[in-house]
Amino acid sequence: MTEVSARERETAAEGAVVSIGSHLKNHLRDYGMLLALVVIMAFFQVVTDGTLMRPVNLTNLVLQNSYIVIMALGMLLVIVAGHIDLSVGSVVGFVGAVAAVMLVQYELPPLVVIPACLILGMLIGAAQGYWIAYWRIPSFIVTLAGMLVFRGLTLWVLQGQSVGPFPRSFQGLSTGFVPDLFGVGRPNVTAILLGAATAAILVFMAVRNRRRHMKYGIEDEPFVFFAAKNGLIAAAIVFLSYMLATYRGFPNVLITMAVLTAAYTFLTNSTTVGRRIYALGGNEKAAKLSGIPTERLTFLTFANMGMLAALAGLIFAARLNTATPKAGVAFELDVIAAVFIGGASMSGGVGKIVGAVVGAFIMGVMNNGMSILGIGIDYQQVIKGLVLLAAVIFDVYNKNKST
Amino acid sequence: MKNIHMQPILEMHGITKSFPGVKALDDVNLTVARGEIHALVGENGAGKSTLMKVLSGVYPHGSYDGDIVFEGKPVAFSGISDSERDGIIIIHQELALVPLLSIAENIFLGSEIARGGVVDWPETNARTETLLKTVGLREKPVTRVDTLGVGKQQLVEIAKALSKKVKLLILDEPTAALQENDSQKLLDLLLELKAEGISSVLISHKLNEVSRVADSITVLRDGKTVSTLDCHSEKISEERIIRDMVGRDMAHRYPERTPEIGETLLEVSDWNVWHPLHTERQVIRGASFRVAAGEVVGIAGLMGSGRTELAMSLFGKSYGRNISGTVKLRGKEIDVSTVGRAVANGLAYVTEDRKALGLVLEEDVMRNTTLANLARVSKNGVINNAEERQVAERYRKALGVRTPSVFQKVMNLSGGNQQKVVLSKWLFTEPDVLVLDEPTRGIDVGAKFEIYTIINELAGQGKGVVMISSEMPELLGMCDRIYVMNEGAIAGELKGSEANQEKIMSMIVRS
Repeated sequence: MTEVSARERETAAEGAVVSIGSHLKNHLRDYGMLLALVVIMAFFQVVTDGTLMRPVNLTNLVLQNSYIVIMALGMLLVIVAGHIDLSVGSVVGFVGAVAAVMLVQYELPPLVVIPACLILGMLIGAAQGYWIAYWRIPSFIVTLAGMLVFRGLTLWVLQGQSVGPFPRSFQGLSTGFVPDLFGVGRPNVTAILLGAATAAILVFMAVRNRRRHMKYGIEDEPFVFFAAKNGLIAAAIVFLSYMLATYRGFPNVLITMAVLTAAYTFLTNSTTVGRRIYALGGNEKAAKLSGIPTERLTFLTFANMGMLAALAGLIFAARLNTATPKAGVAFELDVIAAVFIGGASMSGGVGKIVGAVVGAFIMGVMNNGMSILGIGIDYQQVIKGLVLLAAVIFDVYNKNKST
Repeated sequence: MKNIHMQPILEMHGITKSFPGVKALDDVNLTVARGEIHALVGENGAGKSTLMKVLSGVYPHGSYDGDIVFEGKPVAFSGISDSERDGIIIIHQELALVPLLSIAENIFLGSEIARGGVVDWPETNARTETLLKTVGLREKPVTRVDTLGVGKQQLVEIAKALSKKVKLLILDEPTAALQENDSQKLLDLLLELKAEGISSVLISHKLNEVSRVADSITVLRDGKTVSTLDCHSEKISEERIIRDMVGRDMAHRYPERTPEIGETLLEVSDWNVWHPLHTERQVIRGASFRVAAGEVVGIAGLMGSGRTELAMSLFGKSYGRNISGTVKLRGKEIDVSTVGRAVANGLAYVTEDRKALGLVLEEDVMRNTTLANLARVSKNGVINNAEERQVAERYRKALGVRTPSVFQKVMNLSGGNQQKVVLSKWLFTEPDVLVLDEPTRGIDVGAKFEIYTIINELAGQGKGVVMISSEMPELLGMCDRIYVMNEGAIAGELKGSEANQEKIMSMIVRS
């Protein structure tokens, strides 16, 4: 036994902070993601002669990608649970249409319409999740059917017409900005302070986490990396806040997005529900034999996805200030691509919220950058497709190398 | 009568095959005479299937030591297609038919009668018809295989073998899934084929069948040839075969334990389970058993005898349908209808297949340890990381899991350590009764001893332990009482002190 514990100590010591080279090798994927985003942004910053980073365009970038990011949060859970949801694009269109009819034709107040639409989305997700979870119909089939059904219903609700415009208060969901509490206006002091506070909180939490991990001897990130990574992230947040502040401040959707991202990160990292979803996706049978209600979890995952798709639908409609039958077409592909670029595994059990968000922004920056350059939609699709393929090949290559 | 001086069709000399850490075959010899039915018997894990895989080229030449001489020529197969070309055909226990294709399509799968890639259906069906007549199966060639019963599917497999100009037919437990009269038909067919000069090797646990058709018998034990018996020169008794199969000496050592048996904990009465898909098949028939505090109870039986099905159906109805019977804990009836309720009522089940059913391989030791009882390390659904880690560390130390840290993914651990993680998971649910299904399968001797020690400690703490195992010495070395299962029923019960392998084997083969 003494021999054993001696060996354990030895290996435990090895497990602690390792050399920079081997750490980089082990976490190539994590850094690679962020690095890719930075490189892509830098690239477009240069080729667009600085247009990419202009405050107006940054604000646009946030507005354009918010609904993809929001849906990527739900899609990550769906994919981690070992499923897929192809219907989200159609749900975006359908919920937007229903909201438009309620707001414009029935003149209901947004405070009624928004919760009603979120519940509608949840019910749509639940209806699909029911067949997937309890009848074991493959999610690909169920949500493919949902994609057709809700696209059709969108057309029917709108009678093939566009419906709009909406009341200002509803548009605020997307195009509204957080007012400057300090009355300066430009630059928006509130935005700068909020950004600085966020950066400070993130750094504080990272330091606390690292200290705790050090105590247990499980921290494996060299200090150089830790400092560089967190410094970079904090600087980026402060810088972007300042840029946004020089225009109109923080868009409301940025706040929504940030709060949701934080909430879902917490859900996946720290709650029993999150833990169980990973277990379910990693090995459904083992999870079930461990007493985890796998069916109910699957069901809830889809209900959650439906609700987030509805929120995305509302934001999208608010941004366009009209509901069109074409709203949300092919959104599901961007969302799914974002999650896979973010490192989730097709077979379930693997993936991170941060990865999905970064993945969504990689797609978003490319869309935005290529549009500024005036690259045709044809080339854009080709390039996006190749980036997705490259990201997944990179994953598989890494995995094969490590085993 | 057969001529024993005839040249043998197959000779295998000094076959030795090693897997990492295990010598599966150790200097095995097997000689099959031309035109005979040669039975190959032995316990689970004795090396029968491994030997047949060596013969058929599943383990290619070069991955084992020793020589194979077939029809007087040394052979070196590098795959199944090589051995099939020479006329050695193996029919596995799990049939290798495509259920949605017709009989004719299955028989000629991979060797289609075709010209330029276009299948000649009239010829295919005509030849199939002839083959079906030979094996005595009255079905049309176009009948889909999934509409046939297991017995008829077995015959289709044999017809397929015949289509390949078989010289030596190997059947691995062909009657395991068959009803009595189907078994008889199959054995008659083997005798007919023998009359036509086809030799066969029959792997079987059913000694009455072996006695009926075999010309000679080779007994394997622990990867070695124990004896080769000629059924024509002397009358071979079943006792003799059983003795050779199980051997006399205990191969392993077991940690000492003085049993302190208390009140009856778990009592299962009249437990009946039906197959989840083949609804007419009853898998468990009126099984009743009990476990007391501090007691280690074994369940012996062959593969397919229903041991795992019994355990899984008890544990949250995880197997089967139309389950009936009562389960009592400390005299009070308990609800085991879902895994959650079974766990809450004090049951734990450590699965036979730890990778497929026991662990989330992508996740670390800590997360696997707490998975079945997350509520204990969380408050309002939020996991307390520090507490979770402490729990994982505690069980890692208590069970001696060898891992750099509890944050190691379990896929990187050895089999023995993985098994300890599964045990940790279930111990953390603080069960009254643990059902361990093949707890030492696929782990090395040292780790086995550690697992046995853990089992003894659990019994010492007053828990009831049910141990399902195919390794009889293990049951004899560990258990206070042993139930013997056969064909879904409890065939008998033996006190640990009175049990021996002969008694268990004879309960199985005679029930």
